[in-house]
Amino acid sequence: MADFETPALKSYPEIPPIEIGVMAHSKPYYAKQEHQQNIGFPGELVDNWEQVAIAKMGELVDNSRALRVFLDSCVKCGACTDKCHYYLGTSDPNNMPVARQDLFRSVYRRYYTLAGKYLPSLVGARDLDQELLDQWYSYFHQCSQCRRCSVYCPYGIDTAEISMAAREIMDSIGVGQKYCNEIIGKAQTIGNNLGLPEPALADTLEGLEEDIEDETGVTVRLPLDQKGADVLLVTPSADFFAEPHVDGLIGYAKVFHQAGLSWTLSSYASEAANFGLFIGSYDNMQKLSMRIREAALELGVKRIVFGECGHAWRVAYSFLNTLAGPFDFLDPNYPVPQHVCEVTYDLIQRKALRLDPSANDDMVLTFHDSCNVSRGSRMGNFEGGQFVIPRAVIKASCNHFFDMPSDTIGEATFCCGGGGGLLTDDLVELRVKGSLPRMEAFKQVVDEQGVTHLAAICAICKSQFSKILPYYGFEMDQIVSVHQLVSNAIVLGNEH
Amino acid sequence: MSLLTIAFTLLFYVASATLLAGLAYRIRLYAATPVPLRIPTTPAPTTTGGVVRRMFFEVTLFNSLFKSNKWIWLFGWVFHAALLFVLLRHLRYFTDPVWSWVALIQPIGKYAAFAMVAGLAGLWARRLLVDRVRYISSPSDHLMLALLIGIGLTGLGMGYVAHTDIVAVKAFFLGLMYFDWQPLPADWLLNLHLLMVALLMFIFPFSKLLHAPGVFFSPTRNQVDNPREKRHLPTRSAPNTAG
Repeated sequence: MADFETPALKSYPEIPPIEIGVMAHSKPYYAKQEHQQNIGFPGELVDNWEQVAIAKMGELVDNSRALRVFLDSCVKCGACTDKCHYYLGTSDPNNMPVARQDLFRSVYRRYYTLAGKYLPSLVGARDLDQELLDQWYSYFHQCSQCRRCSVYCPYGIDTAEISMAAREIMDSIGVGQKYCNEIIGKAQTIGNNLGLPEPALADTLEGLEEDIEDETGVTVRLPLDQKGADVLLVTPSADFFAEPHVDGLIGYAKVFHQAGLSWTLSSYASEAANFGLFIGSYDNMQKLSMRIREAALELGVKRIVFGECGHAWRVAYSFLNTLAGPFDFLDPNYPVPQHVCEVTYDLIQRKALRLDPSANDDMVLTFHDSCNVSRGSRMGNFEGGQFVIPRAVIKASCNHFFDMPSDTIGEATFCCGGGGGLLTDDLVELRVKGSLPRMEAFKQVVDEQGVTHLAAICAICKSQFSKILPYYGFEMDQIVSVHQLVSNAIVLGNEH
Repeated sequence: MSLLTIAFTLLFYVASATLLAGLAYRIRLYAATPVPLRIPTTPAPTTTGGVVRRMFFEVTLFNSLFKSNKWIWLFGWVFHAALLFVLLRHLRYFTDPVWSWVALIQPIGKYAAFAMVAGLAGLWARRLLVDRVRYISSPSDHLMLALLIGIGLTGLGMGYVAHTDIVAVKAFFLGLMYFDWQPLPADWLLNLHLLMVALLMFIFPFSKLLHAPGVFFSPTRNQVDNPREKRHLPTRSAPNTAG
């Protein structure tokens, strides 16, 4: 383990006193020249970077009402100061949402407001210099863009928007983050974040079909590039082999099989994740989204369904129609796109699936609401469906379920600590500390209700928890996929 | 006409023009700035009526702030609600005859001034005493509170300690409105009060006080959650020129 201390889990969450600069050292690896250039950014720090950055800032503000209103409106009331999991886990005041925004706002004020131009020290305006740029790189990569602060802000100021803009400005002057930018390049050329080419993908899916048949005696197919299928499933590539993700993928396959749906994966659009969101790049987000449209047209499907992935669902639900629509070539009887939990929920409601919840009797479950699903999207046709539907699917699949404390779930949910493009080993200290509030809530239901497992519907959450659970004295396999529970409980065959 | 009267007459014309023109410019800028994507903070209303309701409770009851922190909510809400009554009460100095409902709320407005100052004092105490809020405060954040409290205290001073010639003050402001200029009493408490009010009017369109119009334009609060049913068209005015 790295050279930092895992925070102690307290029985009651506390707001720590500020400790200035304690996380200033936390920085992800810089993107290499090729990672930058592959996705349309300068390969290294441009000569006149200050001017380019300031001009870019003006352009972004001119093109985003959110950014303009958010930069003007903050009154420094302090409502958000104790809402960020990274602040609660690190005590660094620059991880308070308003202070993080102010790293950006101070520059905006300096160059784009009257008061900042003439009375900078009065209004906290700052020149963008090397020192501030370093702080930007550090602290805008300590925001998982989870939007928890935006729930509590009286003006709805969303720090995610500001951290996305900051990352885009840094990219535009040649200062990118390796993890995100390398991955976006892979997804745009090979089709998925893992860089898994078509033959390897086909091989993996075949192996999974054999596994299912060995285990259940039933032939369940995981089709790839099957033209004329009704449903295109777009799922995070981690589902193809990471644990516990792959058990979720097996679950989706069993659901489709049992519902008699013809479906397919696409090797061209073999990735639900869209890291263009994390770096605030509309163009990259659109390029990745267009692959899904192109695959749907090429395969002639009637519906698009997304697998378990938090930010992917935000991009899919909230942005796909804008970025890659209109989807008038798909079956108008189904929302575009659908979440796999919506599909399973509908089948459960219609009693078209037989589930035996006792198959999961070895587990007592709780559910981690993923931030992008909770605060950036919806499921079903009613407000708050994103909280109801996954829980309904879980409860239909198991007998023992308890929620974590109400101020840590639903719209108040805490990030897993690894979202927003921070799921990389060079940020492990941040990831461990940032997961403190979630771990405290989990420990509470472990101690009081005997909960044994945490279910999630996000590939990043699942990978993050597998990594950090052991730091807090839990086991890495205490995180499960929601459709893994469905997979365990589903009764295959025609015995209705 | 005294120099003082001329100075205050000019001051209030310029301050009013700055406030109105500044706010109009800013509001038009907000309205004209494109909204590339759907970003309501969910769960969000799925209909326009629902959004109107959400916004109404946000600006009247400060719903999100209530969820966040009961102390900030209490001080902030008391200050704003009291300020509303104080402002409405002041309409009596700009109307002749005084509208009956303005006359009716006079007593509330007069006591509201105490609540307003108390709310501001609470907010300032937090800014000084809570380490997190102290960290995020610039000099301007403190001065803004000082200015508002100064306006409140000088106003209270005229009401309860040293009465000013309020009939003359009303004549002065009606004179401003009808371009029939009247003398302003040379009363230091009154002059200080008016000076600070004019300063606030100048600062308003260039400061964080823009949160007042801003909240109505906040996409996380004013957007309908229906991106699958209704395609949100990207109203971007210029292509993203990254790289």
